Amino acid sequence: MSYIYLYPKWIRLWHLLNGLLFIILIITGLSMQYTNKEDNIFLVGFARAVKWHNIAAILLTINYIVFVTGNVITKNFRFYKIERKNFLSDLISQFLYYSRGMFRGEKHPFPVTENRKFNPLQKFTYFMAMYVAMPLLIISGIGLMFPEITVNRFFDVSGLILTDLLHVIMGFLLSVFMLIHIYTCTLGSTPGSLFRSMLSGYHESDEH
Amino acid sequence: MTLTVYRFCLVVFFLLPSGISGSEPDHETDPAKDSSLYQSPFFEDNERCFKCHGQNTYSYTNENLGREVKAIMFSERVIPRGKFYESNHKSFSCTDCHSSDYTKFPHPGELRMEQMYNCIDCHGNDEKFAKFHFEEIEKEYQESVHYQYEEVGFSCWKCHDPHTYKISIRNSSNLKETILYDNNICLNCHADYSHFQLLSDKKEINIVAKHDWLPNQESHFKSVRCIECHTKVNDSILVAHRVKPVEYAVKGCNECHSQNSLLMSSLYKFQSREQRADGFLNGVILNQSYVIGANRNEYLNLIGLLIFLAVAGVIVIHISFRIIKKRK
Ligand code: HEC
Ligand code: HEC
Ligand code: HEC
Ligand code: HEC
Ligand code: HEC
Ligand code: HEC
Ligand code: HEC
Ligand code: HEM
Repeated sequence: MSYIYLYPKWIRLWHLLNGLLFIILIITGLSMQYTNKEDNIFLVGFARAVKWHNIAAILLTINYIVFVTGNVITKNFRFYKIERKNFLSDLISQFLYYSRGMFRGEKHPFPVTENRKFNPLQKFTYFMAMYVAMPLLIISGIGLMFPEITVNRFFDVSGLILTDLLHVIMGFLLSVFMLIHIYTCTLGSTPGSLFRSMLSGYHESDEH
Repeated sequence: MTLTVYRFCLVVFFLLPSGISGSEPDHETDPAKDSSLYQSPFFEDNERCFKCHGQNTYSYTNENLGREVKAIMFSERVIPRGKFYESNHKSFSCTDCHSSDYTKFPHPGELRMEQMYNCIDCHGNDEKFAKFHFEEIEKEYQESVHYQYEEVGFSCWKCHDPHTYKISIRNSSNLKETILYDNNICLNCHADYSHFQLLSDKKEINIVAKHDWLPNQESHFKSVRCIECHTKVNDSILVAHRVKPVEYAVKGCNECHSQNSLLMSSLYKFQSREQRADGFLNGVILNQSYVIGANRNEYLNLIGLLIFLAVAGVIVIHISFRIIKKRK
């Protein structure tokens, strides 16, 4: 077993807060989407859900700014750089490893090293989640919080509806991302090892 | 997985808006709404009154002084011409409702005691107006909290200004305007003490403080009508008229922020039906009236559920393979 220090303290703190806020946002978000007229409240009551969704959203936005700033001023961003060469074939070979190779005891195609925190599939999904879905989620959320700044009409459809649709879809996609993400995090050298890494900062590797 | 999801998303976003057609007439420039186009047969007759009641000054010949005197017409006595000729009763002559003795000036004193017609006097049991259900409205009104103030002067006219009232929600193509119009009817008393005090002994009104519990109050008052919360919905009429005592006012957010909400049976009653006729995209995918919780989309719900189940399924299968492989 060898250890590589890959998750600096600020990432771990950011990530812990991010996860907690996400869980609050999902629970309150679902409560607002699926309120019921006959008072058998879905998860949390509407008024409370609105309040906590707003609070968690503001914190998440600040936290997101921390994430982006952190990635700009530290070298962490290099891990997210997607290599254009062999982009698809790398994705496929990682995918084949998860769906076939790992059961046959094949070697990890992209073992974690000091310079490669993420495999191509992780890179791609993390990039999409953090730099595409999150900005859209946050911007559309701000649009809903301040409806007066939202474009009124877009091709004859109320801007609020489109904003709301965008928000709900991004929220849903990121929730699905989180589910897949948590599951793939059990695919480390042992099911618990990656979670321990995210607490201690050290990646555990048994492939050397 | 994520790729397909993203592709779906792109499809939704780039295809939808371009597929949406139809346009709303622009309110400001709609010629049909231009009041100058309505030619009243009584235009000349009415000018006899409008020359004084049409603006905030008038002049008359003072016989004692033997000259023209200019005076102020109090705002409550001013009737805006434009609005009168846009109103439901635009085809009327002033003296259809008012005594023809009003042509005299100063108006004879006994006209003050003039008995005015009520809506039901003209509209009751009339085939032509059957779709409005005046009789039902009259009944509802008599059960409303305001009816007890009839004795001190409350009547249908207090909400339906005799000179400017114009049906709105029934022909509405712009909900926000209708909401503003309808709410101003109530606010004319409930936010204007000079009118309110004529009917009540209450020393103050504070509509804003009374609705403090409602978040985004301003935005709510622009998006829902007072009557949504303060009346009992009646399916046989379009606009509920039974204003309930305040204890029965709607306070639960879920009444509106849920599917099949109150708004569907009141505010959007007409709209949503017509939208559905307006095509698949506008009516079904994008319910034009946005309210969080209420505009849930069946199709997105289904797709969402399927994606979620597929992901969960793949995870379960993956886990079972891992367990089987471990045993071996
Ligand atoms: C020369 C100006 C003048 C003309 C013309 C005139 N009015 Fe008036 N009217 C007044 C003034 C001033 C008042 C307010 C003083 C009063 O109540 O007498 C008034 C008051 C009224 C009132 C309210 C009375 C009340 O009980 O408070 C009515 C109704 C009315 N006018 C109707 C008419 C009608 C209908 C016509 C046309 C047929 C007309 N007036 C023409 C000047 C005029
Ligand atoms: C459909 C019937 C109707 C027509 C048409 C009508 N009025 Fe009136 N008017 C009324 C009624 C009813 C009232 C009493 C309102 C109340 O009690 O609040 C009134 C009140 C008034 C008043 C007193 C001020 C007020 O608003 O309470 C004036 C002035 C007046 N009318 C002038 C006119 C003039 C001028 C015309 C023509 C341009 C006209 N009215 C046309 C029904 C009518
Ligand atoms: C003096 C008789 C009379 C009184 C009083 C009266 N109306 Fe009318 N109203 C009419 C007539 C006649 C018409 C049709 C006018 C036209 O077609 O130009 C009409 C038209 C209407 C319309 C429009 C109908 C349509 O199909 O566009 C509405 C709504 C209406 N009145 C409501 C009321 C209300 C509410 C009241 C009481 C606040 C009232 N009216 C009082 C005679 C009256
Ligand atoms: C407390 C205020 C209030 C009172 C009192 C009131 N109304 Fe209304 N009424 C409204 C409002 C608000 C609307 C909605 C206007 C709109 O958007 O067209 C309305 C609409 C209407 C309509 C049009 C409904 C439709 O189907 O388009 C009729 C007809 C009507 N009222 C008749 C009456 C009659 C008759 C009385 C007296 C018995 C009366 N109203 C008393 C507030 C009131
Ligand atoms: C979301 C629902 C809702 C809407 C919209 C709403 N109200 Fe209310 N309103 C209430 C409730 C609930 C109360 C009782 C508050 C309390 O008991 O503290 C109330 C109280 C009142 C009262 C009683 C105030 C007093 O002095 O006791 C009046 C009058 C009133 N509303 C008028 C209006 C008017 C006018 C509008 C439109 C501008 C309006 N409301 C819009 C729910 C609503
Ligand atoms: C002509 C003035 C006037 C208009 C217009 C008016 N109201 Fe009122 N309203 C009153 C008066 C006066 C009271 C009695 C207040 C008191 O003394 O408690 C009252 C009372 C109420 C109450 C409180 C009843 C209670 O239990 O204390 C509600 C709710 C209300 N109005 C709602 C409305 C709504 C909604 C509208 C518009 C559709 C409206 N009002 C239009 C004058 C008006
Ligand atoms: C009478 C119906 C009604 C009731 C009751 C109601 N709302 Fe709303 N609410 C609406 C409508 C309509 C909108 C859409 C506003 C818009 O178009 O901007 C809305 C919007 C909102 C928004 C989003 C802000 C915005 O402008 O987009 C929030 C948050 C909200 N409501 C919270 C609540 C809470 C919390 C309650 C209960 C205390 C509540 N509402 C009760 C009708 C209602
Ligand atoms: C509460 C549920 C969550 C758990 C248990 C969890 C767990 C983990 C674990 C164990 C890792 C380290 C493994 C790796 O680097 O791949 C990790 C990394 C990461 N997670 Fe999560 N996660 C959760 C929620 C989220 C959410 C909601 C997001 C984004 C919206 C997210 C984004 C990320 C990112 C970007 C990394 C890489 C961070 C870096 O090192 O730069 N996670 N997560």
